Amino acid sequence: MFAYLVRRLFLMLVTLFGISIVIFLLLRIVPGNIVDILFAAAGYVDPADKANLEKELGIDQPLIVQYWHWISGFLRGDFGYSYVSEKPALQEILPRIPITARLAGLALLFSVSIGIPLGVISAVKQGTRLDYALRVVSLSGLSLPSFWLGLLILTASVAMFGQMPIFNPNPQTWLEAFATYAVPAAAVGFRSAALTMRITRSSMLEVLRQDYIRTARAKGASDAAVNYQHALKNAILPVITVIGIEAAFLIGGLIVTETVFNIPGVARFLVEAIRWRDYPIVQNLVMLIAVVVVSANFIVDMLYAVFDPRIRYTD
Amino acid sequence: MTDKSHLLEVKNLKTVFFTNSGLFKAVDDLSFTVKRGETLAIVGESGCGKSVTALSLMRLVPDPPGRIVGGSISLEGTDLLALDEAEMRAVRGNRISMIFQEPMTSLNPVMRIGDQIVEAVRLHRNIPAKEARNIAVEMLRLVRIPEPARRAKEYPHQLSGGMRQRAMIAMALACRPVLLIADEPTTALDVTIQAQILALILDLQKELGTGLVLITHDLGVVAQTAQRVIVMYAGRKVEEASVEALFAAPKHPYTRGLMASIPAVPASGVPAQARLNEIPGTVPSLVRLPKGCAFAPRCKLAIKRCEAEYPPLADWGGGHLAACWRAAEVAEVA
Repeated sequence: MFAYLVRRLFLMLVTLFGISIVIFLLLRIVPGNIVDILFAAAGYVDPADKANLEKELGIDQPLIVQYWHWISGFLRGDFGYSYVSEKPALQEILPRIPITARLAGLALLFSVSIGIPLGVISAVKQGTRLDYALRVVSLSGLSLPSFWLGLLILTASVAMFGQMPIFNPNPQTWLEAFATYAVPAAAVGFRSAALTMRITRSSMLEVLRQDYIRTARAKGASDAAVNYQHALKNAILPVITVIGIEAAFLIGGLIVTETVFNIPGVARFLVEAIRWRDYPIVQNLVMLIAVVVVSANFIVDMLYAVFDPRIRYTD
Repeated sequence: MTDKSHLLEVKNLKTVFFTNSGLFKAVDDLSFTVKRGETLAIVGESGCGKSVTALSLMRLVPDPPGRIVGGSISLEGTDLLALDEAEMRAVRGNRISMIFQEPMTSLNPVMRIGDQIVEAVRLHRNIPAKEARNIAVEMLRLVRIPEPARRAKEYPHQLSGGMRQRAMIAMALACRPVLLIADEPTTALDVTIQAQILALILDLQKELGTGLVLITHDLGVVAQTAQRVIVMYAGRKVEEASVEALFAAPKHPYTRGLMASIPAVPASGVPAQARLNEIPGTVPSLVRLPKGCAFAPRCKLAIKRCEAEYPPLADWGGGHLAACWRAAEVAEVA
């Protein structure tokens, strides 16, 4: 178990190092930097001024020096200054994180608490009308882009209530907080719930055919005990994998959803920063997201060992 | 009507499967009885309906596609087919238990061995978890698993095939059932382990007074274990007799064929048999059974009548039943 953990941790670090290089290079490949963008707006370019500004921001230095500067700062927790606001990047990013974290957490909660039970029901009732209905709903969940679903929700709420849900930055009660986050979280979580349901269903169907399910029935176990204790515990592994992968997709979905619902979270902020080629914000933020996604996958690997004793003991 | 000396009385059991290629009768008009502490063996080739018979007794035939459509199964006077699902659950694992063929896949891979036995106990006995745990360890000791307390905390993949089958037996017997159904319990095991497991089942059966229905394709196993034998072919009982009577004078050509297929060990100095005896052909498709005897197409003794009319089960004395028009000639021909 310990060796498994160490191996995973090491792999995680290697992955993050690779990601940091990709992030850094991709940003440099995108044409134009902040200076180009600022000066293009001004219409007149004095090459000397431009060179001065580039020098001031440090983007005239060789790539390797720039990379080292960034990554060593990131590791120390020194994120540099935003080119746009000229405030410390950390100060710009940190207050926005809880908003997005809540949204993502709620969306994930939706997908697990709705997707898994519905997947089990769909598998147990295979071939019935209920199964078909659930499969149609889940297919639509997979086919609807979350931004479009968000727009649909907004249009519908205007048509039905004459107003649209507005983001409330300081909810007073739990209910208000839930209302503020629930709708966008549902919009972005619908897709993951649908995917979770489909994976749970197919995994359950596979497991329900196994001999040990028959054994459980032969013991006199009830349907509920057979489905949830015996079958689901075996069927859950692929579902966990998918949820881990979905964590990454969720952030992609959040970028558009935050824009649609006008929520001041990190995801929308990131899009803004990319537009300005605000390197310190983009690099550090994407790197943070990468850390979150890689950690999610690390947790998935650990959960695997928790749920499957065969993995735990193979060292 | 139910005879009290009979533990299990099966009458005219009929289990059918509805498939895309048509309806087939996996078990057709099967009747038999098991006495307390008795061992009844059900023998036949793959696909003859012996496993479906076992599942029918447990009412675990997968539905759809399968369904029990006729007959009665009476256990100690209770008609199992008349029980509702909750009542039947109280019977399963409690009064009737089953051991399956594949010990490697019949235990839940993500549950500890002990927990699986504890579950079986607590489903039927209203006792604290700790007490159930003690029973589980005691059962593992009973099936002669060394270090039972430690093994109870292990997972199935940490046990060998033989150990797993012992654990299965422990689980099946944990509630002291009156009837144990063993569906090919030794087929998946090494030969040396096979004998051990069989001996274990028989010992425990004697100790606990359990009735045993042993399903097997191996006549060698039958000879060692059973008091009475049923031979099944294409969903029907074709012969029933005491073990002695069956091995002494089989009445059905199919039974004779099965016996001839057992490889004989050549005496020293005698050259080995060049080729094993086999029954030509295969079991017919249950969807398109011939009108007459299902075995007729493979039978050397078949006459016109065999193809036209299904032979009834006739008593040849001492409860030796056989369904063959030419049963009288079988002994002479062979």
